[in-house]
Amino acid sequence: MYFSGGAELLFDKKKKHDVNLPAKETPWTIKDLLPWMKDNMLKERPELFIQGETVRPGILVLINDADWELMGELDYSIQNKDKIVFISTLHGG
Amino acid sequence: MAEEEIEHLKKLIAEKDKEIEKLKGATNIQKDFLTHVDENHVNDLPKKSKLSNPEISRYSRQLILPEIGIKGQVLLSNTSILIVGAGGLGCPAAIYLAAAGVGCLGLVDYDEVELSNLHRQILHSESKVNVKKCVSAAQACTELNSFVKCVPYHLQLNSSNALKIISQYDIVLDATDNVATRYLLNDACILAGKPLVSGSALRFEGQLTVYNYKGGPCYRCLYPKPPPPETVTNCSDGGVLGVIPGIIGSLQALEAIKIATGNECSYNQKLLMYDGLEGTFRTIRLRGRQSTCPICSDNPTITQLIDYEQFCGARASDKDKSVTVLNREDRLSAADYKSLLDKDHPHILVDVRQPVEVDICKLPTNSINIPLNDLHKSSSVNQLSSMINSMSEETTDQVPVICVCRRGNDSQLAVQKIKETLKHDNVAIQDIIGGLTSWAKTVDPEFPTY
Ligand SMILES: [Zn+2]
Repeated sequence: MYFSGGAELLFDKKKKHDVNLPAKETPWTIKDLLPWMKDNMLKERPELFIQGETVRPGILVLINDADWELMGELDYSIQNKDKIVFISTLHGG
Repeated sequence: MAEEEIEHLKKLIAEKDKEIEKLKGATNIQKDFLTHVDENHVNDLPKKSKLSNPEISRYSRQLILPEIGIKGQVLLSNTSILIVGAGGLGCPAAIYLAAAGVGCLGLVDYDEVELSNLHRQILHSESKVNVKKCVSAAQACTELNSFVKCVPYHLQLNSSNALKIISQYDIVLDATDNVATRYLLNDACILAGKPLVSGSALRFEGQLTVYNYKGGPCYRCLYPKPPPPETVTNCSDGGVLGVIPGIIGSLQALEAIKIATGNECSYNQKLLMYDGLEGTFRTIRLRGRQSTCPICSDNPTITQLIDYEQFCGARASDKDKSVTVLNREDRLSAADYKSLLDKDHPHILVDVRQPVEVDICKLPTNSINIPLNDLHKSSSVNQLSSMINSMSEETTDQVPVICVCRRGNDSQLAVQKIKETLKHDNVAIQDIIGGLTSWAKTVDPEFPTY
């Protein structure tokens, strides 16, 4: 898992995280992953990362270097060794 | 004796001549910009079909690239490009486009040059502080290449002028610094049918995408909803290393040149993420044009420009704004705090800035540094509690706990946080209005501002 654009500031200020998801009967989807991240990885102010069941506006999710919209968004089922990236959009100039 | 006198007078005359030249220059600077748009300043340029000999010599090193050639160079010299924002991204983009020989370069910026811009906005120099950024940038571009027509616009792009300006240009560069203007530019480019080369930078990172080009997505396809304002960080608060917008702005110029010369553009439906600290460029495949997009789909729900400040809940600038959340009685002016210091009044000063900021400057007294985001931690609460306890053993009065930050915004939030977490009733928690900025302004003019 990888965070950038400032999204890493919510996750121990670390950009790269190796994550082992616990075993589960049904395959892990992004929809399952987000609340799991909220409970297990997010230290503070979850509203800056998650809103409702999805990420907040202004965060782009990438699965193996592709926009998650191309991969099924929340319904994408996570494979072993997938690289999931959360980018906060930059606005400065 | 007479000869000496003559020499001296000659010197004086030369000096005065120089002064006159300088003043003439300054008056030129003040005249040549637009503050509103009522006529077309761009399309009156005659279209070129060939290059002059000085142009051939000048552009020779790029003319011999088969991807450019005479044909590409002529295309470039017939292309008009609008750069919105003459800052960290706009400066490098403008100077490379001018150097490459675009026909017309529009430069939009409502702002004036400040000392804190110079580390990244490299077309402005020390002598340009307080000069209009659009004028300063246009002057630098004209000095480099007088073949290029530069049109500086000293105005804030908004819903009523954006289309008038954008429709005069072929390609638009988003080199702005705030969310509201980014949505405005996107929508205006869709309505006017112009490609938008969008760059952004913060800290050590940069991003680049080309929107509304050859059926690709627009900004709204990617970001249908604006980010919550509290999640948006500007360069003044987040910091930025000058080279980062330098790299992204240069890449924006490159993409614009490729579009103008009929080459394939590289970041259509792609996002470039540059991490300067790690030294990595990643290119991400983006979604295509969205059939549900409110502006660029076949059935748009937005057919004219809207109020973007309202849509984003944020102002169309990256200027720092001051907020007031505390009552006046919970606040001290910088002067009040000074007299408290002069009286040696016992108190606890909590500096709620980041440690890196405390290293830059701090008030001339003992303070503890607990960054705003750490205030809720039990270690912070305990530290503060024990300080209050030991101080209240010496007095029956309330112990003053005073929060300070850079501008007096975070310190107010800090007061609220401490009030929530601290279980003492013998404390008076206050903050310093306007923070260290106000201290420098009203108490100690020698105190640094950043
Ligand atoms: Zn769109």
